[in-house]
Order: sequence, then C-alpha cells, then structure tokens
Amino acid sequence: MGLLTSILAITIRAGTSLIYATVGEIFTERSGILNLGVEGMMLMGAASAFVAAYYTGSLFAGVLLAMVTGGILAAIHAFLSVSMRANQVVSGLCITLFGSGMASFLGQRLGPPENRFYLVGLVGPRFTPFSIPGLGNLPIIGSLFNQDVLTYIVYLLVPLGWAFLYRTRYGLNLRAVGENPHTADSAGIDVLKVRYAATIIGGMLVGLGGAHLSLAYTPGWSENITGGRGWIVIALVIFAMWNPARAAAGAILFGGINAVQFRLQAAGTTVPAAYLNMLPYLATIIVLVIVTWWETLSKKVGAPAALTRAYIREEK
Amino acid sequence: MRVVIEKRESRSRPMLLIVPVFSFLISLLLAGLLLFISRANPFATYAAMFRGAFGSWANFTETLVKAIPLMLTGLGVLIAFRMEFWNIGAEGQLTLGGVATAWVALFWAQGLPGWLVLPASLIVGMLAGALWAGIPALLNAYMSVNETLTTLMLNYVAILLAEHLYYGPWRDPKGYGFPGTAPLPQSAWLPRLAGRAHLGIVFAVLLACFIWFAIHRTKWGFELNILGKNRTAARFLGIRIERIIVVSLLFSGMLSGLAGACEVTGISRRLQQGLSIGYGYTAIIVAWLSQLNALAVIFVAILIAALAVGGDQVQMVMGLPSAMGLVLQGMLLLPMLAGALFTDYRLLLIRSRIRSGETHRKETPR
Repeated sequence: MGLLTSILAITIRAGTSLIYATVGEIFTERSGILNLGVEGMMLMGAASAFVAAYYTGSLFAGVLLAMVTGGILAAIHAFLSVSMRANQVVSGLCITLFGSGMASFLGQRLGPPENRFYLVGLVGPRFTPFSIPGLGNLPIIGSLFNQDVLTYIVYLLVPLGWAFLYRTRYGLNLRAVGENPHTADSAGIDVLKVRYAATIIGGMLVGLGGAHLSLAYTPGWSENITGGRGWIVIALVIFAMWNPARAAAGAILFGGINAVQFRLQAAGTTVPAAYLNMLPYLATIIVLVIVTWWETLSKKVGAPAALTRAYIREEK
Repeated sequence: MRVVIEKRESRSRPMLLIVPVFSFLISLLLAGLLLFISRANPFATYAAMFRGAFGSWANFTETLVKAIPLMLTGLGVLIAFRMEFWNIGAEGQLTLGGVATAWVALFWAQGLPGWLVLPASLIVGMLAGALWAGIPALLNAYMSVNETLTTLMLNYVAILLAEHLYYGPWRDPKGYGFPGTAPLPQSAWLPRLAGRAHLGIVFAVLLACFIWFAIHRTKWGFELNILGKNRTAARFLGIRIERIIVVSLLFSGMLSGLAGACEVTGISRRLQQGLSIGYGYTAIIVAWLSQLNALAVIFVAILIAALAVGGDQVQMVMGLPSAMGLVLQGMLLLPMLAGALFTDYRLLLIRSRIRSGETHRKETPR
C-alpha cells in the first residue's frame, strides 16, 4: 500500500511538467505547426522562472516570466514558419538549440556577484505541496491531493483543454486550420492568426512546464534541468494522438515508468533500467504505426493533415 | 503602400549565396548585442573565439576533430533532406554505429587478422547506422509512418542502449567506475594525421565529392530531387519511390554510422560517455546552412565546429560561458531560415490599389 502510494506520488510530480508542455504542444500541432523547440522553450522557461522568483521572491512572477519567455520563443518559431514559410523541422530544432544555449549562458551570467554570476547552487522560493482537506487523507489516491498548486492547476487544464478543442467554436476553428487550411480560409477563418495564436499559447504552456521543474519538481537551477523532457513531450503528443485528455494518461505512463524504475533499483532487481526506459519510446513508435495504419482505413484519429505545411493561399 | 510576396519564376541563384552570408553577419551582430549587455566586449570575444578555433595549428586540428563527425552526419542528413525525408535520427545512427564498432573491436579482434580489425569495425559500424535509418525508412516507404517522429524516438533507444552497455556489462573493470569500456586494441585505432585529427577527414572529403557527383550527375540524384519536390509526379515518372527511399536512407544512416565509428576508433578509442553530444542534431543545421550542397557541407561543418571550439576557448580566456558557441549556432540559423523566403519569393512594394489589381492573380495580400 505504502509502495503504491509513493509510486503514484512520484508519478504525478514527475508528470506535471510533461502534461503542461504536452497540452501546449498539442494546441500548436493542432493548428498545423510542428514546434520541435519544446526542449529549448522548457529550459528557458525553467531558467527565467528561477531568476524571476529568486530576485523578486514571488513565485507568481517566476511563473509569469516563464510563460512570457516560452511565448516569445514560440513567436519566433511562428514568425519563421507561418510568415516566412520556413521549414518547421529546422526552425524548431533551431529554437531548441538557441533556447538551450541561451539558458545555459544565462545560468552562468544572471546570478549574483557573490556566486560568481552563476545560478547553480542558489536557493530560491519554491512551491510546496499542501493537502486538500478531506481528499488528502484518502487511501492510495490521497497522494493525488498532496501536491503543489501547479499540479492542481494541471488537473483543471486537461479537461479544460479537451473541452476547448472539442466543444468550442475556437477549438473547431483551430482543428480546421490544422486539417485543411484552404477550406478554413474560405470559411472566413484567419489561418495565419490562428496559427500564430496556437503556437504562442502552446509556447506559454511549455514555458510553464519548465517553471514547474525549477520551482517545484527539482527546485533551483542546474544545467540541463529538463533532462530531455522536451523530446519526451514530442513523443507524448503522438502517444496521445493529439488529444489533451489522453496526454495525461501518456504523461502518467512516462512518469510512472520513471517512478517504478527508481523503486526497482532500490529493491536491487536485475532488470536493467535502460530497457525499462526504452519502453516509452518503443511504445510511441508502435502507437504511431497503429495510428497510421488506422488512417489508411480512413478513420480519422491521428496527426492533423496539414502538420508541417506552410499555408500559402495561392498554392493548392 | 503594401508589401506583397510573389513567387519567383525560378530559385534565385545569387540569393543562395547572399542569404547565408547576410545571416552570418546578422547573427554576429545580434550575439554581439547579447555580449555587450552581459558586460563583455564583443570584438575581443570574437577575436578570442577566432584565435581559439584557428589561432594555431594545434587549435585548428581540434576544430577539425569536431568538424569530422559534423561533416559525415551532415552529409547523411543532406541525402535524406534532399528528398524531403526528415531524418532527425542522425544522433541515434551515430551512437549505434559507435556501439557496433566498439563491439567488433572489443570482442572479435582476437579472432581476426590484425589488418582486418579496423576495416571490419568501421564496416559493422556503418551497417549498424544503416540499420537504424532503415527501420524508419521501411515504415515510411511502405506504411507512410511519419519519419520525423520515428527517427527521433530511435535516437533515445540507441543512446539508452549505449549508456546501458558502458555503465553495465561492457564497463572496464579496471576503469575505477569510469563510465566507459576498456580501451580498444591498437589494431582498431584509426590513424591520426595531425594532432587528434584522424583519417575520418579523408573519408568525409571523398564522400562529399562522391555525393555531390551522385546528386548532380546521376539518375539516382535526379530521382532524389524529383521525390523531394513532388511524390505524385515521381510516381507518374515511373520512379520506384519505395526503393529510392529505403536505399537512400540506408546510405544516409551509413554515413552517420561511420561518424560514430570514427569517433570511437579515432578519438576516444573506447566506447564511453560523450559519444552522443548532439552532433546528429547540429548536423541538421550544417546541412541546412549549406543549402543541401554536399561540397558546402565541408566548409559549413568547419565553421560550426569553430564556433564550438571557439566557445570553449572564450570560457578559458575571458571567463564567458562556453554556451556562447551554442547561442551563436542557434542565432546563425534564425536569420537564415527567415531569409530562405527570398530565394523562392520576392517582396514587392505596391504603391496604389489600381496597380496591385494588375498582378492580382499572383499575389498574397498581407
């Protein structure tokens, strides 16, 4: 019982940043823009959240700045891929490279003079878990309600994100732009505006995911604090088949494998951790194959049809 | 007055050169601004970076050491990108190539005649890289599975496998816990030409010439280009799309596998931590900056490697973060991507509504 509870608690804590970023990337990709810059945006989000919270003492300022930097990087990607019609794969990679370089640069430049301008090793404010009265004492699932405030917000974000995509007019427009921009355009939707908005809002959520890392999950700044989470997010989006509701399930699977693996190592099992860690990636490939195969049976479940295609009105 | 984007009749040739050169200057300017803000003299920093990368023969050979894997993976990426197959799995292909090479050199060297150990290791490394690119190629060619995502996922599988091996079963028992295998036997060492710069540079230059020739002068290169422009047209022309995709990707993966094999036999001379440090991703930038031209890859790879080596030097000499090199690499490509529009399109300034009406059919109002 205690084991299960602790695994669940670690899973949720590890999964929070993944869910923020995955929901953000789903919005972006639903509009037809593939943003491979998640890793860079998360790192910049984590760095700027820590800097703002450290100097102002306000966690809110940290979260806000993380969302702004995530949004700015995403806006660069939107400008390149929507307005300048650049290759989205290359542009996204460029954002990752630039973002991770910049985060590492700032991490050695923005600290106080007494710490030789480094951010590493500083202790800043952090989100602490608190129990929700009544729910926090439940057996097993009680650990779901002993979390920090950003995790509680994620519980709301998933259903709201789903409802936005599938139950509102804006969500419908967004999906239309990602499926068939020409049709959406003739229906009077401003394709470029929707794509800009979806990419920037997506980037803000990714930045927020980064903030959870440096303010709650592993408080403080360290080089490569994301540990490749940005790339896991790209996998999760496919795994979730571009649906925010399923993103939570995927993030829990990824987070859970991590948690189980810690436990197994502690218990001294002989199953090499590497094989367990490979599972999510192999599972993603298998899901991708199945999704694609379904598509050929003309059941619409997978990637937005116009993903990675620039919209040029005069070219069909 | 309005700005209108109009498609050019054909790609602008001068723009193919002007855009990268201007992008480089703009990125130097932007990064200079960043340096200025962070209390460093941009000119002194650039001078230190330049000296770090090219200042002495020893420094130059170190730049080449970093450039060799970028050249080989860059060429691999280029082949795939030529047909718009977004292979971002060069990192995994390189890693698996390194693993397979180490496997042969560590465990089969005794059974082989001495002269055969190095070629056998390199060839098995190339085959492993080819295998790792072949899986996404088959899935894409026959089932239309998105290659960007499969190649990316396989990177992690390869990197985790390599880590598992050098932390676990292959770890050198005499290595005091250092994450790496025992040294490879001397028969598997790739000869070094100058400093640590090894024979891989010769492979890279010869392959670049070969690939340039193959792309511009052979039927395969022609088919590759058609496939990249329009798959439907390629099918009408009777091109066997599936075969071209698989064969080209095997070649692409082979090049990245060779990069890994050369790193293991030429630099570290064992399988160890630090094999997968992002060459495969930077390769995409190299391929793109060289406008998918195989000969340009050689020079662009040296330039990008110089930024990395120069960045390390800046840290030692001026106490600036070595990440400066990474920031510059990222900044280098941003204006380049924005500028690429001008090779295929031109901007028109339209004075009045009447005149804009004349070219109405062609334009996109902004």
